[in-house]
Amino acid sequence: MAGSITTDIAGGRGVPPVVRDFGGGDGDGGGRGAHRRAAVTGLLVLLAASVMLFAAFTSAFFVRRGMSNDWVDTPVPGILWMNTGVLVASSLALELARRALRSGRRIAFNRYWTGATLLGVVFLCGQYAGWRQLNDAGIYLATNPSSSFFFLLTCVHAVHLLGGISALGYIDVQALMLRLGPGKRTAVDVSAYFWHFLDGVWIYLMVLFLFWG
Amino acid sequence: MLLGPIVWVLTLVICYFFMGHYWWFPPPISEHGQAYDAQFTVTLWVTGVIFFCAQMALGWVIVKFRDRGGVARYSHGHNVLEVVWTSATAVLFIGLVLAGTRIWAAVHFAEAPADAMKIEVMSKQFAWSFRYPGPDGKFGRTDLKLVNDQGGNPFGIDDKDPAGKDDVTSASIKVPAGKPIELIMRSRDVIHNFFVRELRLKQDIVPGMEIPLHFQADVAGVYEVPCSELCGLGHHQMRTTLEVMPPADFEKWLREQAAQK
Amino acid sequence: MSSPVVHPHHAPTGFIRRYIFSLDHKVIGIQYYFLALFSVFLGMSLSVLMRYHLIYPDAKVGWFEKLWPTGAAGGIMTPELYLSLMTMHGTIMVFFVLTTAPQSGFGNYFLPIQIGAEDMAFPVLNMLSFWTTFLALCVMVAAFFVPGGAPLAGWTAYPPLSAVGALSGPGEGMGQTLWIISIAIFSGASLMGAINFIATIIDLRCKGMSMMRLPLTCWSWFVTAILGLLGFAVLLGAGVLLLLDRMAGTSFFLPAGLLVNDQILNHKGGSPLLWQHLFWFFGHPEVYIAILPGMGVASQLLSTFSRKPIFGYKAMVYAILGIGFLGFFVWGHHMFMSGMNPYSAFAFSVLTMSIGVPSAIKTFNWIGTLWGGRIRFTTAMLFALGFVSLFVTGGISGIFLGQPALDLYFHDTYFVVGHFHMIMGVAAIFGMFAGTFYWFPKVTGRFMNETLGKIHFYLTFIGVYAIFTPMHFLGIAGNPRRYADFTNFDFLGKLLPVHTFMTHAAIYTAVAQLIFLVNLIWSAKKGKRAPDNPWEATTLEWTIPSPPPFDNFAGKHPVVNHGPYEYSVPGAPKDYTMQTDPA
Repeated sequence: MAGSITTDIAGGRGVPPVVRDFGGGDGDGGGRGAHRRAAVTGLLVLLAASVMLFAAFTSAFFVRRGMSNDWVDTPVPGILWMNTGVLVASSLALELARRALRSGRRIAFNRYWTGATLLGVVFLCGQYAGWRQLNDAGIYLATNPSSSFFFLLTCVHAVHLLGGISALGYIDVQALMLRLGPGKRTAVDVSAYFWHFLDGVWIYLMVLFLFWG
Repeated sequence: MLLGPIVWVLTLVICYFFMGHYWWFPPPISEHGQAYDAQFTVTLWVTGVIFFCAQMALGWVIVKFRDRGGVARYSHGHNVLEVVWTSATAVLFIGLVLAGTRIWAAVHFAEAPADAMKIEVMSKQFAWSFRYPGPDGKFGRTDLKLVNDQGGNPFGIDDKDPAGKDDVTSASIKVPAGKPIELIMRSRDVIHNFFVRELRLKQDIVPGMEIPLHFQADVAGVYEVPCSELCGLGHHQMRTTLEVMPPADFEKWLREQAAQK
Repeated sequence: MSSPVVHPHHAPTGFIRRYIFSLDHKVIGIQYYFLALFSVFLGMSLSVLMRYHLIYPDAKVGWFEKLWPTGAAGGIMTPELYLSLMTMHGTIMVFFVLTTAPQSGFGNYFLPIQIGAEDMAFPVLNMLSFWTTFLALCVMVAAFFVPGGAPLAGWTAYPPLSAVGALSGPGEGMGQTLWIISIAIFSGASLMGAINFIATIIDLRCKGMSMMRLPLTCWSWFVTAILGLLGFAVLLGAGVLLLLDRMAGTSFFLPAGLLVNDQILNHKGGSPLLWQHLFWFFGHPEVYIAILPGMGVASQLLSTFSRKPIFGYKAMVYAILGIGFLGFFVWGHHMFMSGMNPYSAFAFSVLTMSIGVPSAIKTFNWIGTLWGGRIRFTTAMLFALGFVSLFVTGGISGIFLGQPALDLYFHDTYFVVGHFHMIMGVAAIFGMFAGTFYWFPKVTGRFMNETLGKIHFYLTFIGVYAIFTPMHFLGIAGNPRRYADFTNFDFLGKLLPVHTFMTHAAIYTAVAQLIFLVNLIWSAKKGKRAPDNPWEATTLEWTIPSPPPFDNFAGKHPVVNHGPYEYSVPGAPKDYTMQTDPA
């Protein structure tokens, strides 16, 4: 089949009609579609790096857990359950916002997107409250290996989330100032994907803490 | 084009020095050492031939195919050749590592013989200490808080423990020839490494771990032991010796040390 | 067809916009190149000082004391100063030279052009990645100037030595902390660069530029970016853990029972081996990051200057992919002696030997490319040929080290030092020299001086063999590495003549590099003018003017009809068919 990756690898030469491998090479390297594709690719690549970072910490987690006898499971503060709900709600709000944008309902978009951004801030505040709760119970970063990982992982996640909130916030401001043109559609989608990824990472971390931590 | 002959000359000089053994291993003092040298020699021949042929071929194509007019051969490759030399390489390289597995297994998969004499090794910045269990065959309890280097207690042996009363501590390691030895190696501070060239053995010593290493030295002599893992500013001075003695001399030495306590 | 991209793209004006905070990938590439050039001369100076000290450990050198009042009191270099110079030498060379110039220097400049794009996918991110790298270099150099000086734990920074602070040695206080912070910043910069490279290759190729028509330089930049993406993320994580151990009292890497400098530490349960696993999971892909672009350049030049297609293009692509992929599974070969599970050592060893296979494929194919060719011995070509020779030599010693049975002797000896210098410190550098001479006419519109180039090449080629081959003999004699001097062991004293020879060779070779520097600077202003395609080469950068216009293709979108190495095609009018020539 002309234009498939297999044709390319098999060595088809001459002028290809439309060569669709990976997304490039089809002559659309300069148009707007390429920019959108590149932004999504860029995000996926960024997510791969972030996955590696959390994978490195996870492997350190399990190694450390397996080798020391001073591992004391860290009790997950109750507020973290509420935070989880807040984060999931914010992801839902983002999706409702994007759906609204697709059908041109700008006001609805603004409402949902702002809501999602604010929920993100609430999440961070809730995380801070959770850390304070642990501190009050005498559990700090260096108390024992489990608490070290708890604080480390939630902190690294929070730093990622700060980045996410910046992105959401920027779009929010643009939207509220009625400057969210079609050119920014890609930014909306890419920010939402990043946010959903962080949602997923959070759930992963909760599972990790609840079952092994 | 001059590059071709230069590559040839460099290759010949390098091969000459490798064959001439100008700076070489010290003679091995154990069976493991002999097995090691055999594996090294096989690897040297295989890599040496590859090295020689590759460099000579490179020099040759440089000379033969310099631009003298004419037309270059238009070719995108040769699949059969590709498959052949790839397979040959894979077989050779993997064959080499499989051949060496027996040596690795003997050192690390196999446990020390049951009658091996145990010696504890303590490495610290920047000195070595060794401990023999004494006639009772047991090592006394140690405690970090009891460590006293100036007072001759680098291990921190607890003198309340009767098993430790006859432990012999030494700054250098002495072993009887022809008898299996098991080292139990610890570090007090950072990573060090115990290396004896003539034994063809080395091992990182990691704080928090007790790492065993067994060997049998068959040739009497005094052999230098250089620390072989960067441990700080005194790394290059962290020296001790392994002295391999006839068994009778070793017994005598051990008795003298024990009597001094 | 040529609808404008979302980011407006007109030529920048003003000095700051054009040369400092430029968004143009070409300017950024040059910025990276000069950062690497500065770093390589700094790193090389450190190594000359090191080599001098090794053979004259008691020498009194007046200006040592001026630079390092504590580290060289009385003008005599202390062991701790030697070790910190060594640490910084390795760190600066590996990160700020070998991870910058080959990928972010040449790659930034030429990747977009070779795929027919106007710029990288994310120009702002590109600019940020350079300035973040620059910041990392500033932080790293700052380590020299803080109390205690630069760290002495080697570029590998193994804990506990690197984790317990100033207790374990001078330089291990603030110096080590700055080192970790610099590496963390550098990791961030590398991740930014990787995102750009990958997105650009995947999405911005011009019409007809399928993946299997990419020049091998692009393939190597692509795989290198993936290695960097996955590897630096892990290094960043490891650095965070190390910093926490040092500053926050955690015990990721620090076990119980530590008595350092007469102080009992109250850490518990951590594992120094955990650092090694994390570090080398990054560290091994890192060395492929250092060499793959050089391999790409070598392939490109060998083909161009033999007037022949590359032998086995597909095999070369698979070899690059294979090296990249396998490169993630061999990190344990740096840890054979570490005390890790000996069964995993065996597994790592088999995988390590396997990675020799794609490397061998590439070597055979390079020689196959030359076979039957019409070789033109430009300086660029000489460096590419030198690359092949040095890659063989450096790679061969890996066959010894990849066997744990043999590593029982060679670990931490000069055999290892010889191996990695041959491969990274020489072959990779030759790749950069080759790229410089090859692409200089495109960047500046002028040739570099061929006479100076050839003199520099021959002096350097013979010089590096003279410096680094003897290291293998030292390793066979059991000479440990990272020793500040050799005065404490009888067997080392006997090896001093070899060290003396190496030091002399190092000094002469280092001085010879000034020829290159002079050539580079003089030719930029006064070199002979070069046409747009001086080498009669086929890839896209040779279709545009020298130097290129700011948007590379002057608003046009190239269409590719041919593979990248169509030289001496039978029946063709010229002995080269450009990729954009009609089908």
